[in-house]
Formats: sequence, C-alpha cells, structure tokens
Amino acid sequence: MNIHAIREQFPILHQEINGHPLVYLDSAASSQKPRSVIDAVRNYYELDHANVHRGVHSLGSRATDAYEGAREKVARFIHAPSAEQIVFTRGTTTALNLVASSYARAVCQEGDEIVITPMEHHSNLIPWQQVAKATGATLKFIPLQPDGTITLEDAEATITDRTKIVSVTYVSNVLGCVNPIKQLAELAHRKGAVIVVDGAQSTPHMKVDVQDLDVDFYAFSGHKMCGPTGIGALYGRRSLLENMEPIEYGGEMIDFVELYESTWKDIPYRFEGGTPIIAGAVGLGAAIDFLEQIGMDAIDQHEKHLTKYAYDVLSNIDGLTIYGPEQNRVGLVTFNIDDVHPHDVATVLDTKGIAIRAGHHCCQPLMRWLNVSATARASFYIYNTTDEIDRLADALIQTKEFFGYGIE
Amino acid sequence: MELNDLYRRVIMDHYKNPRNRGELEQESVAIALNNPTCGDRISLQLQLEDGIITDARFTGEGCSISMSSASMMTEAVKGRSYEEALDLAERFSSLMQGQDVEFEELEDIEALSGVNKFPARIKCATLAWNALKKGIEPQTN
Repeated sequence: MNIHAIREQFPILHQEINGHPLVYLDSAASSQKPRSVIDAVRNYYELDHANVHRGVHSLGSRATDAYEGAREKVARFIHAPSAEQIVFTRGTTTALNLVASSYARAVCQEGDEIVITPMEHHSNLIPWQQVAKATGATLKFIPLQPDGTITLEDAEATITDRTKIVSVTYVSNVLGCVNPIKQLAELAHRKGAVIVVDGAQSTPHMKVDVQDLDVDFYAFSGHKMCGPTGIGALYGRRSLLENMEPIEYGGEMIDFVELYESTWKDIPYRFEGGTPIIAGAVGLGAAIDFLEQIGMDAIDQHEKHLTKYAYDVLSNIDGLTIYGPEQNRVGLVTFNIDDVHPHDVATVLDTKGIAIRAGHHCCQPLMRWLNVSATARASFYIYNTTDEIDRLADALIQTKEFFGYGIE
Repeated sequence: MELNDLYRRVIMDHYKNPRNRGELEQESVAIALNNPTCGDRISLQLQLEDGIITDARFTGEGCSISMSSASMMTEAVKGRSYEEALDLAERFSSLMQGQDVEFEELEDIEALSGVNKFPARIKCATLAWNALKKGIEPQTN
C-alpha cells in the first residue's frame, strides 16, 4: 500500500490549519473523500441525473442504472446474497431505527427481552429504549469487563428464551474493541432471537461478510468509508425484510394506490419512500470501488499497524489514560490527560493543525461507566501515517506542559 | 491563532481555583443546564432577596473555559439586581460575538474575549451565563 499515492487522492488533506499541515485524526466521526468519489457525484449531476424508477426517458434509465448499480456494489461489498436485501438509508442511525420501528415493534411483546451492551452508540440504544417503552419488552445489557469488552459467557447468561432481539456494535466507537459478532449471532439464534449489528465503525476498516457472520440485520454509513454524507444501508435477511412493514409512505414505495387502501412494492423499494438518495448512492458506489481497489485486507493491515503504533506511543506518555483493550482494537485510541479536559486538549491540538474528537462520542452511558464526563479520541484511516501519530504525541506532551506549568 | 489568546492566566486561575464552587444551604432557584453535544454541565444556585442576587454557587463538570466562566460569572453577579445581572449576561454575549465590550471593574471576564476566535468553544463560555438567564428571567416577568 503506497500511502503517499493514497494521500494524493484526498484533496482536503493538502492544506494548512492554523499554520500547520493538517493532521486529520477524526475519521471515526467522518472520513475524508477521495477525488474519485467527489468526481462520481459531480459526474452524476452533470451527466446522468433524473428521478429513478419512473422516467421513460434516457436520463431516467441512466439514473436508475447508476442507483441500482450502487446497490449491487454494496451487496457485493458486504457479501449479501442479493441486492434486494440492501435498503438504502440516510445512514446507520436511520437503518437501526428502521429495524426498531418496523421489525421490533411488530415482534416484541410484554415480557420479551431486547439485549444490547452499555458500549452502544446512542443510535443503537435509544431506538431500543423506545421499543421497550412502546411494547413492554425489557431492555437488558451484557455487562462490560474492566477493559470495556464483553465475554461470551456473559452474553450467554444475558440472552434467554425470552430474548427477541440482540443488537450489538461490531466495533465500539469509543473503546475500539471488536465484538465477537459471529459467536453472538450463534448464541442469539440458539435462543430464537435475531441479531442486529451496528456496522458503522467496522465496515470502513475490515472485510465484512454478513453471510459468514450469519447476522439478520447489518447497518452502516457511507460517510465513514470515503462516501458522501446522507447515505447508508441496511442489510436484512430476506425472510425478515419481506415480512416487515414500511415506516415511511409515499413516493417510490407504492404498488397500487386506491382512495382508501394501498399496497407496497417488493423489498427493498417498500422501505425507500420518496425520491431516494441517488447521488449519495452513486458516491457510495464509488467509495466502494476505491476501497476495493486498495483492498480491504491491505486497509485492515495498515490500520492495525497505525493503531498499535498509536497505542504504544500514547501509552508511553505519563498521565495519559487510554480506554479500552490493548489487543483486538480497530482504528482508534480514546484517552484522557490527567487534569486537562478533553475540550482543552482538542483546542490545543487544533492550534497545531491536528483534528481529533472530544466529547461523549454519543455514548453517555459508556462515559458514566468509564467514570468520565468526556474523552478525547484520535481515529485513523487509510490516509494516516505514523509521522502524523508522532505529531499527535508531541502535541499531547506540549498540551500537558502547557496546562501543567501555567500560562503566560 | 495563539493559545495564549485563549488560555489567559486569569482563566487558568479561575479554573484551578474556582470561586463559589459548591452548593448553597438554602437556595431560591436552582438551574441545571448541560451542553448535550459535549457533555459539559452546570448546576447553578442563586439566593434572591428583594430583586437582588445575594449569593451564587455552582457545581459542574467541564473544560477550563466553561468552569472558569462559571466561576467568574458567580463572582460578577453577586450583589447585583436582576436587571444588572441580565445586562451583564447581554454584554457577555456581545463579547462572545467579538464586539468590544468593557466590564469596568470586572476585568477578569474580559479575559474570556479570546474565546470568540475559537468558535467551537463559545458555547462552553456561555453555558453558565445561559443558566443565569434561565434562573433570573422568570423573576422579572
């Protein structure tokens, strides 16, 4: 993997921020976009745009081909058996809400259980809280180990015959740990439950095979994997999707409409009411092409190297605490410096051109579990280098000194 | 953009040695506010008598800017009438928008003027003042 050639393809990286070359370490929040993705979206609007699935004219056909072509690419990318099992959504949040609002509300009853973990992003917590409130189901949590990970023994003890849904993130956006999805799927299925996976932080970084994992639903976002904002996807098992009701009505999703009754199209269209996110899907397709050209194995390897390097360098800084396990970690390091608030850390780093995230990372319950109000997080992607991590480490040492020895 | 524009010595002093941190034994109003995007939070307690803020305390968690601003705010409003306090809040808001505002004897507050060059941090500085407004405005109706 030629890191220099990859960086060349990201126009945004070649600028100065506050007088320093930009070091972008916030890809877990949103990744940057290669020229091929930006061009694909522009070309679509300049050459091929019309509404999809309705125009008889040539542009309508081209737009439809582009949109459905992107769906094929997504299916292939996550190894779904067919493109019909890919529903385009606005992102992971919308995808998880679709499963909760349609599937879960239909199947959950009083006394049933929904099992998640305390490390979930708010988007994989609040939809289930709402389902529990609406249906009388109970929300249960697989407890966390001291390093923030879960064990299969605890999962087995938490998932029971009453469990209808297990919903877990593949990779934690705070701890960076990889959850044992394949084994959890097996556990869930043994108890007759379905498993929903939040793939927002895994899909950009590693090979995903929804059939091998044997998951029932898998949600992810385009903008964290070099694609545009506002596009993501939900994969669903065919038999489940086919029995799910839409949650948005009108536009693209109808079959027959009469004055008092209507019927819906087949999957996936019945879940895509309104004019879909055509340009977003085209951009996501281009992002997948870009990632596949580099190769997901190469990306995985590069990031593992970067993450280990960052973990080692940062753990050598006195007074710096890293959260989450040392091993089996993907793409990010979350930390705090003693007596310096993460906002202050992020501001100091910003003056040196380094972009990191500070805050609760949409994981307030996990922050409480960690007994902190907020943390700083550096996250990595294909375009980051070990030199950038060295600059991060230097800046963190300076931050510590700046706050430790007073300000002029 | 210079760090020293933001983190002036007086700000760090209020951060490390906050004034009026704690709880009143008997408060007239208590306001809890948080900043949902970043997790900063403040609990402000005010003692009110005959249109005057006679005492103010705060607890909370947050960055140096939000906590030092809370410390300065509580110092500034003690002994002030509601109108004076709201006027200070208004002037602080103008300061955050980059306007040239003088705080007379309250020069500590002016040290926060550098925050306006860091747009992402303005909401940190205004959190305590927003809590103050939330506590006082209902009293003036």
